[in-house]
Amino acid sequence: MTAALATQTAATAADDVKIRIKGLSKVFETRNGPFTALDTINLEIPTGCFFMIVGPSGCGKTTLLRILAGLDEHTSGTLEITAPAQGRPSNSMVFQGDSLFPWMTVWDNAAYGLKIRGLPRATIKETVGHYLSRVGLSQFHDSYPHQLSGGMRQRVSIARAFANDPDILLMDEPFSALDEQNKVLLQEELLRIWEETRKTVMFITHSVDEAVTMGDRIMVMTAHPGRAKIMVDVPFARPRPVLELRAQPAYGELVYNIWGHLRDEVQRARAQDEGRVK
Amino acid sequence: MTDVVQGVQPSVIRVARAPTRIGFSMSRQTVERLMNIVSPLALIALWEICAQTGVIDVRFFPPPSKIFKVMGTMIQNGLLEKHVWASMQRLFWGILWGGVPALVLGVAMGMFRTLRMIVEPVIAATYPIPKSAILPLILLIFGLGEPSKVVMVATGVFFPILINSMAGVLEINKIYFDVGRNFGASGFQAFRTVALPGALPLIMTGVKLGVGLGLVLIAIAEMVGAKSGLGFMIWNAWEILSVETMYVGLITIAVLGLLFTLVLNEIERLIVPWKASR
Repeated sequence: MTAALATQTAATAADDVKIRIKGLSKVFETRNGPFTALDTINLEIPTGCFFMIVGPSGCGKTTLLRILAGLDEHTSGTLEITAPAQGRPSNSMVFQGDSLFPWMTVWDNAAYGLKIRGLPRATIKETVGHYLSRVGLSQFHDSYPHQLSGGMRQRVSIARAFANDPDILLMDEPFSALDEQNKVLLQEELLRIWEETRKTVMFITHSVDEAVTMGDRIMVMTAHPGRAKIMVDVPFARPRPVLELRAQPAYGELVYNIWGHLRDEVQRARAQDEGRVK
Repeated sequence: MTDVVQGVQPSVIRVARAPTRIGFSMSRQTVERLMNIVSPLALIALWEICAQTGVIDVRFFPPPSKIFKVMGTMIQNGLLEKHVWASMQRLFWGILWGGVPALVLGVAMGMFRTLRMIVEPVIAATYPIPKSAILPLILLIFGLGEPSKVVMVATGVFFPILINSMAGVLEINKIYFDVGRNFGASGFQAFRTVALPGALPLIMTGVKLGVGLGLVLIAIAEMVGAKSGLGFMIWNAWEILSVETMYVGLITIAVLGLLFTLVLNEIERLIVPWKASR
């Protein structure tokens, strides 16, 4: 499994690249002058890669994801995303925090992308039914988001993104608001659903554990202005049982290793915050 | 033997008490509801007594028994129905002509900053003008017939619905519009799936305020140059010094106001289920 994946990653470097980012920068114009959120990011993400971005808060990782999602525009550099097959969306995003429409039922929320695209009713029913059952919320299809727990709501968000059947899944700290137990359950669930289709994923987190648990490759970002500090390949085989993986010594080593790169950045980010407060 | 009975009794009592406690809380609710009805009834009774004993001037405050007698006659000869029907028709068209454009414009102003910048000053300047003060102008433009009454109601309904629709959209968390964009919603789809349903709770508040104001304005409009309607009925009663008829008009408007509130609350429960059950 690992070997197959490794050769795939090696081969992809040549042609099978889904997302190609070259010298991408984002500068916000603020009252105190320009603010560089992202500084010359270079990145190639192969098709089917579970790509993780770890960085201290305020490093611009959400901005990068929003640019990919088409919700923000970059200031300079180029961004190439391989066009999806006819009629399919390029990307769908799982947002940080509550993003389900409070005025729609679980079912209508999960079906949102498909309804917007005007797909036939039967297709919608089948796809949404499939993903709601995959996240274990079939019997809650008539509930409204406020009737669900935070973990259940985030499950619906995941179902909504997967049901839309995009080329790329963008995830912005989807589990950051959940407690540790729910987080592990949802990580496992997400990996299981992802195994079905192996879509390209770009997943943002501030948790090194989460990055190592989920990802094929991890980009560690610097504190503001956001730059790519280091790329780390994650060698663990798939499918990955989350808890068993964490018991392996290699897992601990990798986490420790990445923390080494991240620690300075977190300290710098904190110093910046304190400077800003003063 | 008695010991055993005593030992059993408390538990028996406790079991028996549980339903009585529910019964008590229900009866308490009923008591509160009864108080809602009893307090106005008591006021009417007091009024009747004071009128009969000559404590208050019956020229201005005729005894309720007399008012209800006049009301009974007016219901029997169909006069009240005729006036109510005339007013309700004008109110209906006024709410429609004023409310629908207000809703569309208000939601659009909430969605598009430029439109808001253009229209908001005009609204801010015209909103505080007392609607009753523009009645002469409306009569001048639309004549003494039906249109002037409908326009009068429409101007009254327009502002609360517009302002609340706009505020309703502005209050929607930005993330929901991002979700719409990310899932490919067009401008109209964003209006239909995000802005309109999201603003609905406040829109309903606007509708309630608007209908109340419409009821006020229709009475005023009908006092000038109308030959039917509740406003005409009250004004006409003043001219022929039939104080009882005046009170019949006032009571009818009060009852209609109450009915509208009840109906609108019910509608709100149906179309905003995600808020009502919160």
